[in-house]
Amino acid sequence: MSESDQNILVMEGISKAFPGVQALDNVSLMLKRGEILCLVGENGAGKSTLMKILTGVDQPDAGKIIFNGSEIQAKSPQHAQSLGISTVYQEINLCPNLSVAENILLGHEPHKMGRIDWAKMNNMAGEALQRLLGIDIDTAQPLGSYTVAIQQMVAIARALEIKSAKVLILDEPTSSLDVHEAGQLFKVMKKLKQEGVGIVFITHFIGQVFEISDRITVLRNGKLVGTYGTASITRVELIAKMIGRNLAEFDEMTKIKLESGKHIKSDSVLQARELGLTDSIRPFNLDLHAGEVVGLAGLLGSGRTETASLLFGIDKPDTGDIVFNGEVIQDYSPLGSIMRGVALCPEDRKAAGIVDELTVRENIVLAMQANKGWFKYLSLPEQYEIAEKYIKMLNIVTPSADQPVKNLSGGNQQKVILARWLATNPQVLILDEPTRGIDVGAKAEIQKLVLSLAEEGKACVFISSELEEVLRTSHRIVVLREREKVAEFAGEVDEKTIIHAFAGSES
Amino acid sequence: MKTSARSSFTWRKVTENKLFFPLLALSLILLFDFIFIPGFFAIESRDGDLRGSLIDIFRNGSTVMLLAIGMTLVIATGGVDLSVGATMAIAASMAGILMNPSALKNEVFFVTDPNYTFQPLWVVIVLSLLVSIMCGLWNGVLVAYMRIQPMVATLILMIAGRGIAQLITNGLRVQITYRPYAFIGQGWIILPFSLYIVAVILLLTWIMTRKTSIGMFIESVGINFRSSYFSGIDEKKIKLLVYTFCGFCAGIAGLVASSNVKTSDANNIGLTTELDAILAVVIGGTSMAGGRFSLLASMIGALVMQAITQSMYAIGVPAFALQAIKAVVVILVILLYSEQVRGFVRRISSSKNEV
Repeated sequence: MSESDQNILVMEGISKAFPGVQALDNVSLMLKRGEILCLVGENGAGKSTLMKILTGVDQPDAGKIIFNGSEIQAKSPQHAQSLGISTVYQEINLCPNLSVAENILLGHEPHKMGRIDWAKMNNMAGEALQRLLGIDIDTAQPLGSYTVAIQQMVAIARALEIKSAKVLILDEPTSSLDVHEAGQLFKVMKKLKQEGVGIVFITHFIGQVFEISDRITVLRNGKLVGTYGTASITRVELIAKMIGRNLAEFDEMTKIKLESGKHIKSDSVLQARELGLTDSIRPFNLDLHAGEVVGLAGLLGSGRTETASLLFGIDKPDTGDIVFNGEVIQDYSPLGSIMRGVALCPEDRKAAGIVDELTVRENIVLAMQANKGWFKYLSLPEQYEIAEKYIKMLNIVTPSADQPVKNLSGGNQQKVILARWLATNPQVLILDEPTRGIDVGAKAEIQKLVLSLAEEGKACVFISSELEEVLRTSHRIVVLREREKVAEFAGEVDEKTIIHAFAGSES
Repeated sequence: MKTSARSSFTWRKVTENKLFFPLLALSLILLFDFIFIPGFFAIESRDGDLRGSLIDIFRNGSTVMLLAIGMTLVIATGGVDLSVGATMAIAASMAGILMNPSALKNEVFFVTDPNYTFQPLWVVIVLSLLVSIMCGLWNGVLVAYMRIQPMVATLILMIAGRGIAQLITNGLRVQITYRPYAFIGQGWIILPFSLYIVAVILLLTWIMTRKTSIGMFIESVGINFRSSYFSGIDEKKIKLLVYTFCGFCAGIAGLVASSNVKTSDANNIGLTTELDAILAVVIGGTSMAGGRFSLLASMIGALVMQAITQSMYAIGVPAFALQAIKAVVVILVILLYSEQVRGFVRRISSSKNEV
């Protein structure tokens, strides 16, 4: 077999510009049959855009794509699928109101006498999930009734179920999966690899890159940095190539944390007393102090987001109460919380965070303006001043404050939401997965920012599915398991102790 | 080389402007009029007042323009108000009965004195508008607080409204002869008086939405109500406000329309105008899914709708065939808006510039 026959996919000299952004500049990529290629890079490096061009969501300005020996130009995702290129995107784009089976087999439904054979369809879908991913769920239920992780699995199952797939693109599939689920996915990936499927795997988890990939292609700012054999590169080298600078800063974190720990005040700003909600989270006590970062750790579905929803007043508790600065609060609503000085960066950036068609400026001033009410209008110059201040402070990469926020990369969108909340000058800042889907460099930036905000006297709650990150950032760690607060650790703890708390075993 | 790149860039900017496509649609229709209807653009001055077909488009379009102002805000929140036509009829009936309450005694009393009215004009206007505001409030409560889908919620009043209007006038048509009231829809001060009403309401609405935070909140709620809620925006109050305001606009439109036809005809005032208003907003480029809105573009959209009607009459399309012909033209206009056609226009223009 010659070199060119081994390549299932070759992308050459791809360029693409969006208004104000050169997303890709002369990028090339090569994928062999039966290979897992990791595509890595910071936010805005162009990974998603490259894959969107491959699957026909966007059309390239220049360059060519050779698939299975012949040049192709996918006109739409459907077209790409019919050619044999399937994708699971970073943001789940399935229909939550349709059943799991419908989502998996949409457009490929089995028919009986001209009608859809529902029973067979549910069985087929259930069988596919079992066979491909090893999960067993009721496929007749609407997709929206399952957790994000399960929905992600269904998205993957859908991509795999398209039988002719020769190339499978996984765009951040593991960002909402826990360790066990990710392991399941890797098993499936290895199996597909043996069957000769070429897999492009996009992830921010460096550990996973080394665990699963054969080769690694690195992008930075829309340009190709290079492609490396996984065995021939070290973690530090890879990260250095991704962000183009060395990572001594990571070691700084510990110092910063120790330093900032000295500023913790003793009396609590916000105090949850036996706060709970049936079917959401069991009653818990939690004290937040000014100047302190409290980490909420737990596996997927352990109740981290539910805790945040209660603290911010999205959900009304049915037991217990919240004491804020010595007063028992009555008004449980986001607006009430904002007026008290509590802020929440929600977990689901796309659905509950950004307002995608509004500009960066409008997104930043939104909560501040909501707090001021309808008639105390911030004039345009004031709005620009605030927006420019935070764009500079948080290092938001955008051509201008008037750019619709949907044109920004994920990490920059996250920073815009952070800016929205910082503009309200909160006393308590709850951050639910603020670094999800964000590259290594921006992650460190946000972690540092959280610590410096604490140092300024804010009480922060830091929620993350990455334990390492929680450990690095928090002064105190609260562990949740199965919708219950099970442990609280102050000071230095090691990863092992917390993992034991996750699992519920005595240590 | 450099200049061509620059000109294609500015061309792109022009085509991306919100007003570009509505204006393009309007000029296409006016171009049609210019070619096929002699004297369409003739404007004469009668006793200092300007008259002509062009002015008529503005005058007759004023009801749809008024409706489109309120409708723009409702659609921007992701909703729709089907009841504005019925609300117009209710406001008109209210006004009619306040000026000539004879219908309540089950008799039609023809007033011949143009200066006679039962209630003074300001009472007539204030009470009629109050009733229309109540109509809007009702819609707002159903949509925002009862969480009924806007189309269903406003359908209720769309159907019930004409019945309510009939009830107010005891099922009779009230003739309106009071001259000051007739001035609302028929008066001229150089330009038709109704145009000044439109201008004032438009200005007030612009100030209300763009000089307070309400406009941004409306767009934010329309684009992503969950994010808006999480950011502390009271989405229910915003919706209540826009539906109420839409009712208010419909009330004014009802006064203008009834003053125009000199009767409070509960069956015909504002009939199918709600659809014209919705189309006007759509032609103005506001997405039915909610989000970004432009009041000015909606006004041009309303003029497009009226210009179509007027042109069809002028070339002799019989009234009964009007709706069908109008549909064809509307389809053509809406086609201008589809991404496919827009992309096509852009490709053509950019390739021209490159050559």
